[in-house]
Amino acid sequence: MSTYQEFIQQNEDRDGVRFSWNLWPSSRLEATRLVVPVSCLFTPLKERPDLPPVQYEPVLCSRANCKAVLNPLCQVDFRAKIWACNFCFQRNPFPPSYAGISEVNQPAELMPQFSTIEYIVQRGPSAPLIFLYVVDTCLEEEDLQALKESLQMSLSLLPPNALVGLITFGRMVQVHELSCEGIAKSYVFRGTKDLTSKQIQEMLGLTKPGAAAQQGRQPVPQEAAASCKFLQPVHRVDMNLTDLLGELQRDPWPVTQGKRPLRSTGVALSVAVGLLEGTYPNTGARVMLFIGGPPTQGPGMVVGDELKTPIRSWHDIQKDNARHLKKATKYYEAMANRSAVNGHCIDIYACALDQTGLLEMKCLSNLTGGHIVMGDSFNTSLFKQTFQRVFSKDYNGDFRMAFGGVMEVKTSRELKVCGAIGPCVSLNSKGPCVSENEMGVGGTSQWKMCNLNPSSTLGMFFEVVNQHNAPVPQGGRGVIQFITQYQHSNTQRRIRVSTIARNWADAQSQIQHIESSFDQEAAAVLMARLGVFRAESEEGPDVLRWLDRQLIRLCQKFGQFNKEDPTSFRLSESLSLYPQFMFHLRRSPFLQVFNNSPDESSYYRHHFVRQDLTQSLIMIQPILYSYSFHGPPEPVLLDSSSILPDRILLMDTFFQLVIFHGETIAQWRKAGYQEMAEYENFKQLLQAPLDDAQEILQTRFPMPRYIDTEHGGSQARFLLSKVNPSQTHNNLYTWGQETGAPILTDDVSLQVFMDHLKKLAVSSSA
Amino acid sequence: MNVNQHTPMASPYGQPQPGYGQPGYAPLDGGYPAPYAPYNGPTSAYQPGAPPQGYSPFTSFPSKAVAANPVSDLSSPLDLGPVRGPPVSGAPPVSAPQPYNQYSHSQGEMQNGPPPMTQAPPRPAVSQSYNPAGMNMTGPPHPSYPQHYGPPPTMQQVTNQMTGMQINSGPPTPAGPGYAPPNSSQPPVSTAYTAAPPTSYAQGPPPASSAPTQPPPPSGPAAPQQYYGGPSPPSQQPFNSSLPPTSQQQFTSSAPAPPPSQQTFPPSSYSGPMPPASQAPAPPVSQPQQSFPPPAQPPFSAPPPPASQPPAFAPGPPLQNQGSFPPRGPPPSSQPGSFPPPGPPPGPPPTSLSSGPYPGQMPPQQHPPPSQPSPYHSGPPPPGVQMPPTSMAQSNHLPPGPPGPPGPMQQPPPQPGMPGGFPPQQNGAFGQVRGPQPGYAGPYPGQPNYGAPAPAPAPAAPAQKRLDPDAIPSPIQVIEDDRAKSTEPFTTGVRGQAPPLVTTNFQVKDQGNASPRFIRCTAYNIPCTADMAKQSQVPLAAVIKPLATLPPDEIPPYLVDHGESGPIRCNRCKAYMCPYMQFIEGGRRFQCGFCSCVTEVPPHYFQHLDHTGKRMDCYDRPELSLGSYEFLATVDYCKNNKLPQPPAFIFLIDVSYNAVKSGMVNIVCEELKTLLDYLPRENPEMDSVVRVGFVTYNKVMHFYNVKSSLAQPQMLVVSDVSDMFVPLLDGFLVNVNESRQVIESLLDQIPEMFADTRETETVFGPVIQAGLEALKAADCAGKLFVFHTSLPIAEAPGKLKNREDKKLIGTDKEKSLFQPQVGFYNTLAKECVAQGCCVDLFLFPNGYVDVATLGVVPVSTGGSVYKYTYFQAQSDRERFLNDLRRDVQKLVGFDAVMRVRTSTGVRATDFFGSFFMSNTTDVELAGLDCDKAITVELKHDDKLSEETGALMQCAVLYTSCSGQRRLRIHNMAVNCCSQLADLYRNCETDTIINFFSKYAFRGILNSPTKAVRDTLINQCAQILACYRKNCASPSSAGQLILPECMKLLPVYLNCVLKGDVLLPGADVSLDDRAYLRQLISCMDVSESHVFFYPRLLPLTKLESDSLPVAVRDSEERLSKGGVYLLETGLHLFLWVGASVQQELLLNIFGTPSFSQIDPSMTSLPVLDNPFSQRLREIIDSFRAERSRYMKLMVVKQEDKTELIFRHFLVEDKSASGGASYVDFLCHMHKEIRQLLS
Repeated sequence: MSTYQEFIQQNEDRDGVRFSWNLWPSSRLEATRLVVPVSCLFTPLKERPDLPPVQYEPVLCSRANCKAVLNPLCQVDFRAKIWACNFCFQRNPFPPSYAGISEVNQPAELMPQFSTIEYIVQRGPSAPLIFLYVVDTCLEEEDLQALKESLQMSLSLLPPNALVGLITFGRMVQVHELSCEGIAKSYVFRGTKDLTSKQIQEMLGLTKPGAAAQQGRQPVPQEAAASCKFLQPVHRVDMNLTDLLGELQRDPWPVTQGKRPLRSTGVALSVAVGLLEGTYPNTGARVMLFIGGPPTQGPGMVVGDELKTPIRSWHDIQKDNARHLKKATKYYEAMANRSAVNGHCIDIYACALDQTGLLEMKCLSNLTGGHIVMGDSFNTSLFKQTFQRVFSKDYNGDFRMAFGGVMEVKTSRELKVCGAIGPCVSLNSKGPCVSENEMGVGGTSQWKMCNLNPSSTLGMFFEVVNQHNAPVPQGGRGVIQFITQYQHSNTQRRIRVSTIARNWADAQSQIQHIESSFDQEAAAVLMARLGVFRAESEEGPDVLRWLDRQLIRLCQKFGQFNKEDPTSFRLSESLSLYPQFMFHLRRSPFLQVFNNSPDESSYYRHHFVRQDLTQSLIMIQPILYSYSFHGPPEPVLLDSSSILPDRILLMDTFFQLVIFHGETIAQWRKAGYQEMAEYENFKQLLQAPLDDAQEILQTRFPMPRYIDTEHGGSQARFLLSKVNPSQTHNNLYTWGQETGAPILTDDVSLQVFMDHLKKLAVSSSA
Repeated sequence: MNVNQHTPMASPYGQPQPGYGQPGYAPLDGGYPAPYAPYNGPTSAYQPGAPPQGYSPFTSFPSKAVAANPVSDLSSPLDLGPVRGPPVSGAPPVSAPQPYNQYSHSQGEMQNGPPPMTQAPPRPAVSQSYNPAGMNMTGPPHPSYPQHYGPPPTMQQVTNQMTGMQINSGPPTPAGPGYAPPNSSQPPVSTAYTAAPPTSYAQGPPPASSAPTQPPPPSGPAAPQQYYGGPSPPSQQPFNSSLPPTSQQQFTSSAPAPPPSQQTFPPSSYSGPMPPASQAPAPPVSQPQQSFPPPAQPPFSAPPPPASQPPAFAPGPPLQNQGSFPPRGPPPSSQPGSFPPPGPPPGPPPTSLSSGPYPGQMPPQQHPPPSQPSPYHSGPPPPGVQMPPTSMAQSNHLPPGPPGPPGPMQQPPPQPGMPGGFPPQQNGAFGQVRGPQPGYAGPYPGQPNYGAPAPAPAPAAPAQKRLDPDAIPSPIQVIEDDRAKSTEPFTTGVRGQAPPLVTTNFQVKDQGNASPRFIRCTAYNIPCTADMAKQSQVPLAAVIKPLATLPPDEIPPYLVDHGESGPIRCNRCKAYMCPYMQFIEGGRRFQCGFCSCVTEVPPHYFQHLDHTGKRMDCYDRPELSLGSYEFLATVDYCKNNKLPQPPAFIFLIDVSYNAVKSGMVNIVCEELKTLLDYLPRENPEMDSVVRVGFVTYNKVMHFYNVKSSLAQPQMLVVSDVSDMFVPLLDGFLVNVNESRQVIESLLDQIPEMFADTRETETVFGPVIQAGLEALKAADCAGKLFVFHTSLPIAEAPGKLKNREDKKLIGTDKEKSLFQPQVGFYNTLAKECVAQGCCVDLFLFPNGYVDVATLGVVPVSTGGSVYKYTYFQAQSDRERFLNDLRRDVQKLVGFDAVMRVRTSTGVRATDFFGSFFMSNTTDVELAGLDCDKAITVELKHDDKLSEETGALMQCAVLYTSCSGQRRLRIHNMAVNCCSQLADLYRNCETDTIINFFSKYAFRGILNSPTKAVRDTLINQCAQILACYRKNCASPSSAGQLILPECMKLLPVYLNCVLKGDVLLPGADVSLDDRAYLRQLISCMDVSESHVFFYPRLLPLTKLESDSLPVAVRDSEERLSKGGVYLLETGLHLFLWVGASVQQELLLNIFGTPSFSQIDPSMTSLPVLDNPFSQRLREIIDSFRAERSRYMKLMVVKQEDKTELIFRHFLVEDKSASGGASYVDFLCHMHKEIRQLLS
């Protein structure tokens, strides 16, 4: 087993890929019987400090509908200078520049360790990065002040040649002209009017109506871009923009009692998208939307301005009582699609105590690869640091962001791609390797990710199409190639190619091998993605039922048991954790909406479908560390039994970082022992989780909510809601243990869940 | 509006509807009920009332025309005849009449001539014949007249004479016959009229006097023509000559004067007509006296007096005339000089004149028709003129003409001439005429002689010129006379007293009626019944200038505060407390002077009455003793029942390419920096509370945030012009002092920012919308100053296209050019008014901008339109800046509602001016400034009584520029009369003209301009005919007799008719016409007066304390050696004669040479000599007097620019075909004669 784990680890490190199965069943039938589809988590831009990009372009298969990239798996005839495409078997001559290759003089892409390789494409003009701030001014004074400071700070983080723009909105939408001296100019749009992109561009003076008609559409944007007054290099308008931001006032329109401020988020976005569309289409650009409340007027409005009408809740939605939901969602979806087409991504930074309409707006970020950050106020470190981290840089000093990514998947003949789940949109590129069976965003072999960062991870789903009666020859390998083109943050265009091969296995004869090649972590995350994807469009209970059925089927397939005898049920090590993941997944906010607002659900799901495997797993099953005098810090079960008085617990749910002081510890702390020299060790104990938390905080994006609480504290709920309720008010006495803390819940515990699972798995009727 | 609504019972305005609807009015029923009814449920009543219908000018006009009131009027009027006054019975008339008749004949002819052609001919004839007469008249006559008249001073006499003259005209009838069949019909007078010339003539001739009259004319004409041809001066002489004939002659002489222009109008005939037209006939008495003293005028004046004068005249005039006659003799001679016949004419004139002229006239009349059209209407004039003249002459003489033979005598010559020169055209045209002529000729042997003169007509053209002027009523004379007699302050306490003319400087003492500076009426003695009013056709209207600025020596209206319950008002009609409220029951109640309803006096207002029934505190309370005062309005009178916010001024500046290039943007920005310190305020000590905002625009709008806390202004661009909104709230409207630095910075930067603009397209609708929205957002009233350059063709609401199409001019579609191109602006205007958003528009066009459409909002919101075509910073800067300064600084009221209440029996039915009306009674003005006048037409809906007279109360509810809500009340009482003569004695021509012009200028929106002109002429003719029929002695119908106070009606009316609006020249753009049309709609009387009849001052000698006496607006009055200043209220010209004295040049221009004068200068060099100083003083004082700055234009004689200048010499024929005064007078006479017959 260790071999498989090593293999998996090695593959992840090298190619950024985790497959649910590392041996592939050789026929469609067998594949479907495995329940968990052949699929993988793929991190296109996984950081590879050890992988220097090559300075030339990839060699492509000459077959028009193939275009696969030359890779280590290709058969090469060094003498004839010919290589055979391992996808379509086309024999291709090497280009002239490869004239000197031989067995001993191979280009990097033919070397096995370069199954993932990055090319730098020289052609095409390099476009600057563009950052367009779209700022809500209907904020509390102090929030606005904090936001202004953050924005001003961010200017210093931008590369000098990056273009910046500023749009502010409240009741009106203002597009600020940045190139002017003296009088500060801005273009104002009414917040209630839906304008077409063309209108917006005309109103901004980006096109001459007559000229546009004459010259056609293409040249115009370029010209406009050159003279665009609204997007200017940071180094030129730094001072100006800093002043401008400094002078930003709260929206001056009076808000009468009982009303929400009028916030024209929809129009503001539309203007932002229209502006970029008209000036820099297909250039990496980031629209950063900062909102302090829900859109209350115009297109995309989420709630009216009457305070007496609360913003929609899940309850309202289920009762079909959310008036603006569908319309607003449709509006933002259209916007997101437009933006995606142009390769611009949209971030949403929503800081408010109430909902801000993320449910409706989520697609803006989901489809374009933007971030969603949710906080209580702009004046919190959560926001400030998260925002700062957007501009974090990698080991080369480049932003950890890439733009305009297009990922293409090529498969060998036995496989077809069903779809992808992640921060991407379909490019609707049909091809021979596209399956009709869609999972996630399917029907295409190309996806666009307007914005990518090193942790952006897609769930890719495949289908084995090889017929049962035409088994793959022994020793044959299935191959998948991911070709990702993107604009690096240093404005280079790059292509990263990962070619992955796995062995075929006959499911009947080699089921054990297949079982042992199962990557339960990847599988759990992939199934979770499928579940979350379904949850976006289906009722919660249906999704849970589907998940349960999949789990049961998997257990039936791989469990060892005697029929109708739950106690005989056993799962091999490679599957042993899987049910537990599913248990926690069922309780997670990704599938449960109870106790979450629609905005929160959207927020959680947004992050879940884009993080890499580790982070995703943390989200599914939070990590719990225990600190005590009894030993070094250790991970403990995410179980109520882990909550002991003499422990400090550190729980990382990805979104929250909870430090929980057990009852005794809390009392000691209250008593101030840590201040006493003789209790230095206690002080250290208290400090240990803080340090660890700090470490996590350093790297996590977005910043998790940091919670320091103790036994009986109100914030302890974060912990209590996550742990497996092994002890509840229902079973407290039956278990009779003196350790742990009872959870007041009617939720089933993992034990009960497992009992049911076993029962159902062994039941022949299930 | 709002106010009204809100203020329920209490507020007059608000309640009006309800209130009115209420019982009060209902009871009243009568006219009032109906009108008001509408508001309430009574609607039905209202609708019926449908003032509009009745109102419609056309209907009324037609009615008049149809009415042929003359006859009926005549009957009653006859009694009135004496009207003018001087009851002097017409007795004297007899003798006078004849002479007058002659004149009248001539007039008659003229009028008959009405048809352009005919008129023209007549005129010439008249002028000719008259001229001679006139000439004589003028020269000698004057003296003589003066004397005669002087004595007769009595208006009555004059009128009598006039009447007599007319009567004389009767005699002419004979002539009529001579003319044509019509003539024969003296009796057929009416027929004659129809026939026009004939009848009149006929009338005239018949009487013995007629004979004389005729003769005179002929002689006059003949002589004149000839004379004209030769010596213009002779004209006077001619007059004399004519005069000699008798009083008639005098008239004739007067008539002659007019002829000048018409040329043909054979003096004789003309003289007749002339006098009548202008002053002669009616005014005779009074005018005569006045006018007579002066030269030419005398004759006219004389005519008027006829009635009373007749006697005097007959005796006196004749004498004088005779005296003058001698002169005549000379004139004739002179005439002869020009025309061979002259000799004869003179001689004949006297005697034959009567007959001669008539004949001549007769023909003319017929001819006129053909020729007239042309003359009056357009091109035709010229030919017509000559022709007409001839024809006229002929007509007049024609009769003589036929007499042609007689011509030998005096007429013969004319005829010859006539035949020769004029015959061709006229003859052809006037075929009939000729016919008549022969007849006439026969009838009037003497005529022939005249006829002879008439012939002269051909030469007549020139002759006419000579003819003139002096014989026909002279505006200058009238103005000077009025000045002379207005030495005492005018006290308003006496009901029905006509105030001094607007041209007179006088002080007003408010003793219970509003000062004429606030209200001027067309008549101060209005008919008791609708029938009378209809019969007379005299419009009953008041020109109200509610916020007029008073001279420093008069006290502005007091502000009265009646406390929390608001002003005391009548319970029923809601009239405000005023001197007409009668306190009864010991002061516990008062009876409304308007509706007679009795209302309780509130306890806090109670006061005991004294023994005369007056309140003890009567003189302590302005509202009980004064005609004008203000009330402090309570919250009930405010919009939304909320006290108003201080108003705001928003400056919206076009920054498109043209605006920047012309320098406008620069100038405006530069000026605003200082101008903002002069925003209107009531207390000079305090800062103005008016807030300001700034917007620039081309095809998008730029708003500016000039909040005081900003270091730099912020510019907010709104490109979404299709759906205008205001992008900011805070910081847009600011207090000038607080934001001074930011504002200055902004004004400095605007020109820079747009210096390189290449945007040429502009929007306009959104500009106003922007201002409106800003005011809405700030919840205040205010004023928008829009500086705009071009036709708004950019895609936006209110987008316009160029629709200037010269081909449409003169067609039925012409009216569409005055209507707004799109309905958008009407809707917008309505919204503006609702918000109290007044729009002032400054236009700087380089081409067609469609003023008719752009002006809709300014006009409907009480704003002003200023137009600077082809604006150039250098030359137009001063004018623009002064206009702007004045416009910004002047006191202005906002969100105003004006309501005119009248006593039962009449009601205000129609309103003219810059405002908006959403119902039929409330005049809503988003803004009302001190220069805006509203003309209100009154109509009877019941009988009035002579005892109580008629009351009018104009209440204007407005927000002052300090944000205070107030009511300004103006009360006016006028007399009522049951005698037409009383009506005609108390009219004010200037006001009538003001009304007519506004009426006509609105009419062209719906009717072809020709129809409008005809309607005006028709109504004028009816007014005069009614007088003639009913107030002048019943003798003859052919004589032109004018009421003393209306003797200038023809000349002024002619000015209206030939103005650019009604009769555009080829070079007058549609925009200019629309601009003038709108401009005049809110002019007060003094502005409209000078606009239509410009002031022309000779500058040869300047005295330090007084202005030189003006001269009449005719080229003949200009001396080559002189320098003249002409002022129209819009333009200021300095005309320099070609042979001007060097000394003058040095004094004025500092250059000794005529050729070195720079015609492009717009201000005179500052020279250190008394003359230059005084001249500049005068110019400055003129400018100060007018609401718009007049740019000085130096016109050198015979320079290109002289064409423009000549356009304002309104007594002359205009290049666009407008008739000369003389021609028009003849035409008018003809019309009158037609009506009378």
